[in-house]
Amino acid sequence: MTKPHDQLGINRRGLLAGMAGAGLLGVSGLPLRAQETPRRGGVLKLGISGGSTTDDFDVRKLADWVPVNQAYMVMNGLVEIDSDNIAQPELLESWEAEPGATVWTFDVRRGVTFHNGKSLTADDVIYSLNLHRGDSSSAARSIVAPITEIEKTGDHQIRITLESGNADLPYVLSDYHLLVVPEGFDDWSNPVGTGPFIPERIEPGVRGRFVRNEDYWKPGCANVDAVEVVVINDVTARTNALMSGQVQAINAVDFKTVNLLGRNPRVEIVRSAGGQHFTFLMDCTKAPFTDVNTRLAIKHAVDRQQLLDTALAGYGQLGNDHPIPQTDRFHNSELPQRTYDPEQAQFYAQKAGMDPLAVTLSASDAAFSGAVDAAAVFRAAATGAGIDVTIDRQPADGYWSDVWMQVPFCMSYWGGRPTADQMLSIAYESTSSYNDTRWANERFDRLLKEARALLDEEKRREIYWECQALIHNDGGAMIPMFGDYLDAVSTELRGVKPHAMFNLMGARMAEKVWFDA
Amino acid sequence: MLTLIAKRAVLGVFTLWLVSVLVFAGTEILPGDVAGAILGQSATPESLARLRAELGLDVPALQRYAEWLTGFVQGDMGRSMASGQPVADLLWPRFWNTMALAAYAGAIAVPLAVGLGITAAALRGGIFDRVSNVAALAFVSLPEYFLGLLLVLWLSVKTGWLPSLADTYDGMGLAAWFRATTLPMLVLVMVTTAQILRMTRTTVLGVMDQPYVETAFLKGLRNGRVVLRHATPNAAAPIVNVVSFNIAYLITGVVLVEAVFNYNGLGRFMVDAVSRRDLPLVQAAAMIFGGVYVFLNMVADIAAIALNPRLRHPRGKEA
Amino acid sequence: MTALTTRAASVPLTGWIGMALIALNLFLFLFGPMLAPYGQEEIVGVPFDVPQPGHPLGFDQNGRDMLSRLLYGARTSIGISLAAVCLSFAIGVPLGILAAIRGGWMDLVLSRLVDTVMSIPVLISALVVLQALGSSLPVLIVTIACLDSTRVFRLARLVAQGINVMEYAEVARLRGEGLIWMIRREILPNVMPPLVAEFGMRFCFTFLFVAGLSFLGLGVQPPFADWGGMVRDNQQGILYGLYAPLFPAAAIALVTIGVNLTVDWMLSGRTTVQGDNR
Repeated sequence: MTKPHDQLGINRRGLLAGMAGAGLLGVSGLPLRAQETPRRGGVLKLGISGGSTTDDFDVRKLADWVPVNQAYMVMNGLVEIDSDNIAQPELLESWEAEPGATVWTFDVRRGVTFHNGKSLTADDVIYSLNLHRGDSSSAARSIVAPITEIEKTGDHQIRITLESGNADLPYVLSDYHLLVVPEGFDDWSNPVGTGPFIPERIEPGVRGRFVRNEDYWKPGCANVDAVEVVVINDVTARTNALMSGQVQAINAVDFKTVNLLGRNPRVEIVRSAGGQHFTFLMDCTKAPFTDVNTRLAIKHAVDRQQLLDTALAGYGQLGNDHPIPQTDRFHNSELPQRTYDPEQAQFYAQKAGMDPLAVTLSASDAAFSGAVDAAAVFRAAATGAGIDVTIDRQPADGYWSDVWMQVPFCMSYWGGRPTADQMLSIAYESTSSYNDTRWANERFDRLLKEARALLDEEKRREIYWECQALIHNDGGAMIPMFGDYLDAVSTELRGVKPHAMFNLMGARMAEKVWFDA
Repeated sequence: MLTLIAKRAVLGVFTLWLVSVLVFAGTEILPGDVAGAILGQSATPESLARLRAELGLDVPALQRYAEWLTGFVQGDMGRSMASGQPVADLLWPRFWNTMALAAYAGAIAVPLAVGLGITAAALRGGIFDRVSNVAALAFVSLPEYFLGLLLVLWLSVKTGWLPSLADTYDGMGLAAWFRATTLPMLVLVMVTTAQILRMTRTTVLGVMDQPYVETAFLKGLRNGRVVLRHATPNAAAPIVNVVSFNIAYLITGVVLVEAVFNYNGLGRFMVDAVSRRDLPLVQAAAMIFGGVYVFLNMVADIAAIALNPRLRHPRGKEA
Repeated sequence: MTALTTRAASVPLTGWIGMALIALNLFLFLFGPMLAPYGQEEIVGVPFDVPQPGHPLGFDQNGRDMLSRLLYGARTSIGISLAAVCLSFAIGVPLGILAAIRGGWMDLVLSRLVDTVMSIPVLISALVVLQALGSSLPVLIVTIACLDSTRVFRLARLVAQGINVMEYAEVARLRGEGLIWMIRREILPNVMPPLVAEFGMRFCFTFLFVAGLSFLGLGVQPPFADWGGMVRDNQQGILYGLYAPLFPAAAIALVTIGVNLTVDWMLSGRTTVQGDNR
């Protein structure tokens, strides 16, 4: 992880200056220990939620926390997003873009060997990327879809050509599906990678034990002798395990009890602010939300502070009906914060010819933990604004296939994206298959495309600000709050930092931490 | 007796077949399918269609059922749809986990509960009867995960005596295994003891009202002797019934306890499989649960007949 | 004669407690929501805050008044359990007795059906049915009742079978008594004790079952309060020494104890003779 800045190429310089502040909001109660030298030894036990018996290491299907964390123990990515939200080289050692950001050249790291002894070359990287391209069922297919060509230009060099310019390509390549395996590898139950740990025994959905890769290339990492992952999907059981000392770190701490857990002297709460946000989705193509006035009525009928306080115990930031977090340098800070305003809500409802406005909100804790409670809180506030909300509680199973993007009004969430462009294009560009409000705005689409290939930071900012205003005023998403990622760790652990991307230090906790002497 | 067992076994197999039909039909009418579950939020019509084709979900339901049944009859439980692993590899370790915990809890709960129930009946109206009764009611009225949580609080978080996770794995020592599973065992014992105790007590008392028991009393026999020699044997059939129910519960109904202690039993496995719509896993688990139930049921029925001479030699009608 | 006096002196103590508890719960069932100082979905405080003036039981996980939710929950919880249990007995007992007396193909078909349903874990069956049909109150009650009725059926059938082969039943049959007479005069009175005991237990299991369903997101839907769901929603508080989950748990325990003490008393009223005179 040396010299990341100058390796990013000229096109990124302005961007990096702006990124410096990102992610810092998250530090809470953690004394600065970065200066300490990592100590080797000990067995790290992680209690992680989000695992099932059907998990394996197929990088195309990675979706849940346990497989993602375990995958990062065994394999490495191409690019790593660090705790300051900046793209750092991982298996791609450096990169450079040709003007227009359509053609990129990447150097593959030298001197890295797989667990089976094979040396890492450009062929492995190309094979690993191609797993997701073309006729693939990969979850990352849409992420690599803009790549039109990958050429091998040397044993340790590749060239990537895009269909149109994208100044954020290294960030795109940081996606957690894009992990590297040896060329031709397909035995996903027995993964081989270049990662910090080697699997010793894995029971999918139950537990996994990994021992240190003594030849690991990343300096200062892989400090513990072994990592044991215990899959604990129940939040209470997970919390118990940490409090009784059976594991040293857990992810996805319950917002309701996080303050109580924090009182435990042997436990520290790791609070990572980022782009994770919670949404009340109004489908702009379905009644009654085809009328922007209905959407505005709903957006004024929520008490955001109350929602943040009850649903997230205050562990988050207020949302302003657009998906760009305050931690992002393109966050539109001059857009007035929308507040609970029953009169405005009624005004817009009347303007839409809906008096009283009655809507049905589909909710499930699949959307996010506490979503059903949040729906109840919203309902109470909306009632005060004369809007009649019926809560239709849906089971967690099948929520994403049967409810999300199917019903007119439902709850959902988006995990943070490393760049504003990614967030806006995945969920708001009218052509995206994840445009979950089916909002179509020509001007927005055009602006977004323009900004993507743009290298002028100031111009880019202007455009993204307008994009946010468009979503804020016209879009179908009511976004009341951004939620922090909450982990809890034992005080014995050192090297723990908040990370804007995911729980557990961007799912890379295992390789980073060490035990207190 | 042998023909009876054979007859029951045939009926049992028939029941199992019905279960497989019911479970298959049930999972078919459920909203969503395994492809949707795998893709989650990243499901698009195209990716769904592709995955469905890959998994063979585009084949008509009847044909899929027929294929599954043919395989199952030949001892092939198929492969998990989500991961492609053989079902048997995933299933059996959890089955043995479930059986081990059920055996641990049952071995303690059943003798304890029947003993307490008979004692309570013999000492009817006494302090012991009342205390055991109210205690049983209190235990049985608390949700099992809540009981579990109370035990975790007292025996694990506060004192550190026992681990809060029932974390078992291959190759762990026997002592470690008992340590790990004692908390869930305690919860299960509390829950099942209460029900068996009350049923035992009620049935024994019911039998004691029968004329022949009165006769025994009139002969001047002592209370304890009457309860043990006359009332209990005649109350045996319902007791065996409730015991077998509770053993079935210990094997098939402990999902929530498994969740609280993160124990890897079949119950959570099956709920997980249902939510993933992973039909081969669901079917296999249903067959195991069904098999356990049918077997215990058979035992209870046969025991009832064996213990009741009148049922053994029915007059005037078929058994 | 001593038996009678002893009974009069000893049974009513628990019997009275039981009936008092039932009366209290019946009262709450009828009037609970009217007594609640706050709405069941009104957020009036800080989540998990401790009891304080105006909020004698503190707050729940959303900062709603615990007492108000308990009072609202009384109607939902008792209503669901009572309806489901009554329905399950209305289905299970007649079918069970009929199967026992008639025997033959009727017994065979019913028993197979019941066996099939019972061999699937209840939570799984409920999961499938409620997911397919949606978890509305009527669906919830009917589902629980149907699943429970299999247990009731089995017990009723078993006990009735035992009685049906007793001498007195056979004598009656030989006398040429009809089916209805048999059931009314011979079977019913004798199957009552275990069935009544079962009723008490089933009633309480239904509370817990609803709570278990909320574990899977299928129980009573928010914002409506039900005691089982409240225990589940507040359970984490117990690890931090909070009272919140204890109140709904205690409410369930009191109903259970009340119903079952009354059941015991009713049964002891029937099964006396040799009483406590020893």
